[in-house]
Amino acid sequence: MPEQKLTGAQIVIKALKDQGVDIIFGYPGGAVLPIYDAIFQQNDIKHILVRHEQAAVHAAEGYARSTGKVGCVLVTSGPGATNAVTGLLDALCDSIPLVCLSGQVPTHLIGNDAFQEADTTGITRPCTKHNYLVKDVNQLARTMHEAFYVARSGRPGPVLVDIPKDVQFADGTYIPPTEVKHKTYRPQVKPEIARVEEAIELIATAKRPIFYTGGGVVNAGPIAAKLLTQFVKMTGFPITSTLMGLGAFPASDPQWLGMLGMHGTYEANLAMYNCDVMINIGARFDDRVTGKLSEFAPGSKKIHVDIDPSSINKNVAVDIPIVGDAGAVLEDMIRIWKARQKRADQSALKEWWGQVEGWRARNCLNYNRTEAVIKPQYALERLREALRGKNHYVTTEVGQHQMWAAQFLPFDEPNRWMTSGGLGTMGYGLPAAIGAQLAHPDAIVVDVSGEASFLMNMQEIGTAVQYRAPVKIFILNNKYMGMVRQWQELLHGSRYSNSYSEALPDFVKLAESWGCVGLRATTVAEVDEVIEKMLAVTDRPCIIDIAVDPKENCFPMIPGGKAHNEILFGPEDSPSDATPEDGMVLV
Amino acid sequence: MEEKIEKHTIAVLVDNEPGVLARVIGLFSGRGYNIESLTVAEVNNADHLSRITLVTSGTRMVVEQIKAQLDRLVPVHKVHDLTDEGPSVERELALVKVAGTGERRIEALRLADIFKAKVVDATLTSFVFELTGTTAEVDDFVGLMAQLGLVEASRTGVVAMSKGATGF
Repeated sequence: MPEQKLTGAQIVIKALKDQGVDIIFGYPGGAVLPIYDAIFQQNDIKHILVRHEQAAVHAAEGYARSTGKVGCVLVTSGPGATNAVTGLLDALCDSIPLVCLSGQVPTHLIGNDAFQEADTTGITRPCTKHNYLVKDVNQLARTMHEAFYVARSGRPGPVLVDIPKDVQFADGTYIPPTEVKHKTYRPQVKPEIARVEEAIELIATAKRPIFYTGGGVVNAGPIAAKLLTQFVKMTGFPITSTLMGLGAFPASDPQWLGMLGMHGTYEANLAMYNCDVMINIGARFDDRVTGKLSEFAPGSKKIHVDIDPSSINKNVAVDIPIVGDAGAVLEDMIRIWKARQKRADQSALKEWWGQVEGWRARNCLNYNRTEAVIKPQYALERLREALRGKNHYVTTEVGQHQMWAAQFLPFDEPNRWMTSGGLGTMGYGLPAAIGAQLAHPDAIVVDVSGEASFLMNMQEIGTAVQYRAPVKIFILNNKYMGMVRQWQELLHGSRYSNSYSEALPDFVKLAESWGCVGLRATTVAEVDEVIEKMLAVTDRPCIIDIAVDPKENCFPMIPGGKAHNEILFGPEDSPSDATPEDGMVLV
Repeated sequence: MEEKIEKHTIAVLVDNEPGVLARVIGLFSGRGYNIESLTVAEVNNADHLSRITLVTSGTRMVVEQIKAQLDRLVPVHKVHDLTDEGPSVERELALVKVAGTGERRIEALRLADIFKAKVVDATLTSFVFELTGTTAEVDDFVGLMAQLGLVEASRTGVVAMSKGATGF
């Protein structure tokens, strides 16, 4: 059979199909018209037209995070690519597998300051796991397959492929994924067994152990989450997780202590502070988690499992580093634990749990329950009850509402919770919800939002309407950039510089103008009612404007530069002596 | 906790593809690591491989982090810490231009002879010397020439490899 020639644009589409892509999020423009033409002439890949390229990337993140597959984005050159940058960095920080295709001016114009030209590979180099500029159509298929391989292998991340317009038109040869083997990139998946054995010996002698898990477990797939649950059950140890790791271990389990870190629970943070053996699986000792480094879990031995060797000993020196995939390591841990007939020190563990339960009894997530005003925590508690037992996914924007959602919404499975953790991108939640909804058309998808974050990407309501994605935008409207206001209150003498949300739209009318359902609750009694109505809407997006207490702050809180045992519980704890001078410079 | 600053010479084998040097340099600037010297050139034309020799300094934790971050770059094949992995040879090449006449000129030539520097250009009033040696030797030579009419010096930075029979 003679070798079949395809155009570059056709090669792109064929490669996407062979990589199992069914949805691509994008926005057309001059430099990607040949690819859009190829999309028009096929039916296997559905293109979702967003309203801004940043949202295309977040939508692909929501799709990827909720399915475990690689998300896919298509943008044009210049502003199309630069608009996508925030999304790419967001995906890099949270290790979300994406492939972003960008159009580029024709090869002979590169470097000439052509119309809509940007040095896309230069700009995105520190914002992607890897990127490519394809100048030869015969390298296009190989590069596409490599991009998918790099995006999903090892520590996942975004990969960008920049394709000049003349390459999209040129004829070239297609090669299938099976014929592409990457020259260099072979991340270590299987751990060194000697290290795992060492870890098991340490775990078996622990008196005050804790599991501290992160997004790496979620990225390792549902099997890794099952293995984690199995191992935690076998040991009987308490477990906490980072913001990104929520759902890998069921929140309904008594061994679960809740999230740790700056707005984590008292029991999780004190257990971390007082532990003697810490088992970190797929978390990266982020500054939101560790607080003051010199007082982070003093006197503990630390095991750190991570697929990325550069995460090990980066912020915190550990005793037993294990490089490998969380699932592969957990499998070995369980096997060796069983083979060596290990059993946790039961009397020590009993004593330890006694201490932990004492901290838990402090009931740190308690808040001032009142009928006078809707507390944001109350709204989330009611949402939690309404979603219980239903097939649902939650995304968030960034700020107070995000932390409250992490505290008050429980997840019993991985891939159900999507939030911008590392980069903290306001405007993430709505497009991510659309991505998750399109991947799971029959599920309930809620974007827990604040009024300020919502405004950052609210144009995406248009996308949701166009594709009949019935996402629920649950706005905890306190008329402030709440987290900014909270920090200004605690650290800057309550000088609320530019944190008030002036000139807000009427969110109900806004919803109606798009043909969506708009609902509002201004009293405690109305909360259940609007949640019920919201859940009844299944054919279009729904915006729920909940007027919450504008003065409420998010607690517990470990102020910047403080240790895990220096936690603030609420407004009664004086903030002035809470934050040292050197803590103020921290973000 | 005061930690000792260590100086390390690191050899990196990379695919010779566009942007690879920018990735390495971007890593150092973006993460605030030091580069004291960096050299790069293709060493294997058939396989398109380039070798980068980097001299950097930092605490032990930072040096380990630098190596891990380098190794994580997709086009990187191998990373070797020559300082850690036993004896190695390190050399630099320098071109040193000196202008002067009379006794200073003769003294420059005499010192060049002692340092085994080659004269690669000569006029009645100037020399360009080519010197190969360790960084310290080149420093010494340039320091002496500074007193004898140094016009400019151009240095390659360090290239290095391990001693013994085994290769990269």
